[in-house]
Amino acid sequence: MNMRHIFSLLMENESGALSRVAGLFSARGYNIESLSVAPTEDPTLSRMTIVTAGSADVIEQILKQLDKLIEVVKVVNLTEGGHIERELMLVKVSTAEGNTEDIARLVSIFRGHVIDVSDETYTIELTGDVAKLDAFLDALDHNLIVETVRTGASGIGRGNRILNP
Amino acid sequence: MELTGAEIAIRCLKEEGVEHIFGYPGGAVLDIYDAIFRQEKVRHILVRHEQAAAHAADGYARATGKVGVCLVTSGPGVTNAVTGIATAYMDSIPMVILSGQVSVAAIGQDAFQEVDTVGITRPCVKHNILVKDVRDLAPAIKKAFHIASTGRPGPVLVDIPKDVSQKKTEFNYPAKVQLRSYHPASKGEPEMLRQVIQVIMNARRPMIYAGGGVVLSNASDELTRFARLLNFPVTNTLMGLGAYPATDSQFVGMPGMHGTFEANMAMQNCDVLIGIGARFDDRVIGNPAHFFEATRKIIHIDIDPTSISKRVPVDLPVVGNVKDVLKQLLGLLEASREKPEAVALGEWWKQIELWRSRDCLRFDRHSEVIKPQLVVDTLYHVTAGKAIVTSDVGQHQMWAAQFYKFDRPRRWINSGGLGTMGVGLPYAMGVQTAFPDETVACVTGEASIQMCIQELSTCKQYHLPIKIVNLNNRYMGMVRQWQEFFYGNRYAESYIDALPDFVRLAESYGHVGMRIDKPSDVEGALKEAFKLKDRLVFMDFITDQTENVYPMVPSGKGMSEMILV
Repeated sequence: MNMRHIFSLLMENESGALSRVAGLFSARGYNIESLSVAPTEDPTLSRMTIVTAGSADVIEQILKQLDKLIEVVKVVNLTEGGHIERELMLVKVSTAEGNTEDIARLVSIFRGHVIDVSDETYTIELTGDVAKLDAFLDALDHNLIVETVRTGASGIGRGNRILNP
Repeated sequence: MELTGAEIAIRCLKEEGVEHIFGYPGGAVLDIYDAIFRQEKVRHILVRHEQAAAHAADGYARATGKVGVCLVTSGPGVTNAVTGIATAYMDSIPMVILSGQVSVAAIGQDAFQEVDTVGITRPCVKHNILVKDVRDLAPAIKKAFHIASTGRPGPVLVDIPKDVSQKKTEFNYPAKVQLRSYHPASKGEPEMLRQVIQVIMNARRPMIYAGGGVVLSNASDELTRFARLLNFPVTNTLMGLGAYPATDSQFVGMPGMHGTFEANMAMQNCDVLIGIGARFDDRVIGNPAHFFEATRKIIHIDIDPTSISKRVPVDLPVVGNVKDVLKQLLGLLEASREKPEAVALGEWWKQIELWRSRDCLRFDRHSEVIKPQLVVDTLYHVTAGKAIVTSDVGQHQMWAAQFYKFDRPRRWINSGGLGTMGVGLPYAMGVQTAFPDETVACVTGEASIQMCIQELSTCKQYHLPIKIVNLNNRYMGMVRQWQEFFYGNRYAESYIDALPDFVRLAESYGHVGMRIDKPSDVEGALKEAFKLKDRLVFMDFITDQTENVYPMVPSGKGMSEMILV
């Protein structure tokens, strides 16, 4: 049974570290649903969130293989405990048909923001978990979507589930 | 005093106690070669192709246990070395590769002899580092030696741009290296070890399955004590040969595709399998589904957590350095008043002896043509089992593994994981360089030897008196065997027409060549060759063209489903 899992990694903020992680996934045939990475408050460390899917055996191997990479300082499977995930999405939709009110109402229901307006488009910013963003896209008339940009999930443990170096 | 990056690189090698490096010069490493020229501590062995530099450093490491070092230039220098690096990686061999790179400002400009070395080698190294600032060079090399030689060993590459090798800085070799992200395991978890002892004490049909990890962690003595204390049967994988003495009665031979009948039957039918520094490789376990059909408890001791439960689910995982864990287990066993089930163990040994009496490695000793097995068997006797034997890849490799009985570790040097044809001669160069007074034999075939034949020239330059035992059947023997068994005797491209005259080839490189085509001449030729202590001798044995390696577990079959002679 392939289940969705979220790995959170602390790794050395060095050039090449990202390709080592990406290369591991392609070389061993693991899925990557999304991957997001940026430096942390400690500039020597990057924090990466990888969303993947696999059987229990594969997920265990992914965890161990990630941990084996020299630059990976810590890795945790967030889905094994309480956690929060968020993703940021930017969607550009067409307003050429004068449907601005419908769009604004939908954005409000999903607690998003219209962050840019042109003669023919609205650009909407929306954050939430993956299911919420998917639901928003489903609720939009697909013909109106001009462009979609998603960051991939970022995740963090709840309460005192903390990933320290 | 300020030193150039090139001088620093060589000083680092001295600090690490490196005596020999294998390499080939080129534009990007000219400064490093100049630094080599101006000192005498680190001796450079000039190979004829960078692949051989990597293999020789790898062979050196396998035989000595030290980190092997090679030096290659940018671009084609390093791409040529990739096969050698991948070979070392698959067998977890500690190695440091220093590669030249184009100057920092030229990186990414498609400069002459530029490749993305760090990118190309990333999947086949334990780690690699591009040094962009000369001040980072000494710490990078220190880190490379540390990572290569600790935990599960492996090759580490340091890529040095030409301008970095030219720039100057103060040289300070770090005494220690601290990596917050790298903490290899050493001892096993005590609670797990207590459970292991319990399972061992209750075993009725136990089996010890020991691999290359025992050799790598220098744990042969501990393994031998452990096995003898328990009177359990032992099998050594292809990479583990010599970890437990092959002439000991508890040794049942190698397991796997060309393992012995008794080893494979015992692996399949045991009730407790103790895997030690072995990785349940597909060439050992065969079809995993068939392997699971029999129920047994599996104990797996390995330093690398990714090796545990990768192909075979394990009941009792012990993450730790094999040597440390075996010491812990020996302590527990010696303190324990319990003994394994003596009656059951006696029955199990009776069964194993019955399997052993099948004599699965027998061959026609009275054949009119030279049987390859006879050559290896005679080699074993002529060298009194004391040679360090390297091999290439194919049938001859399996016969060497089956018929040369290794009683000590680091005497059997071969490419197990990657199966790289061409390693045999450069491996022998690495070994003979490390041990000038030892007898070094390279068991090879006429196909493999031609993949690095140019190294006969290196052997001449450095007076390496290797004895090459060429089992010449005019076929890529293992390919031919598979074509006979599984491809309806269609021998597609496995016959080599127009072979060189190996005797004259050896002579033209300045060596001694011999051709042997009668079984009655085998022993005499070997004796004569080994008397020539200071010469490389190329012995071309014209062997039976259609001999096959038995037993054989066909691909996709289970361990006990062997084709027997």
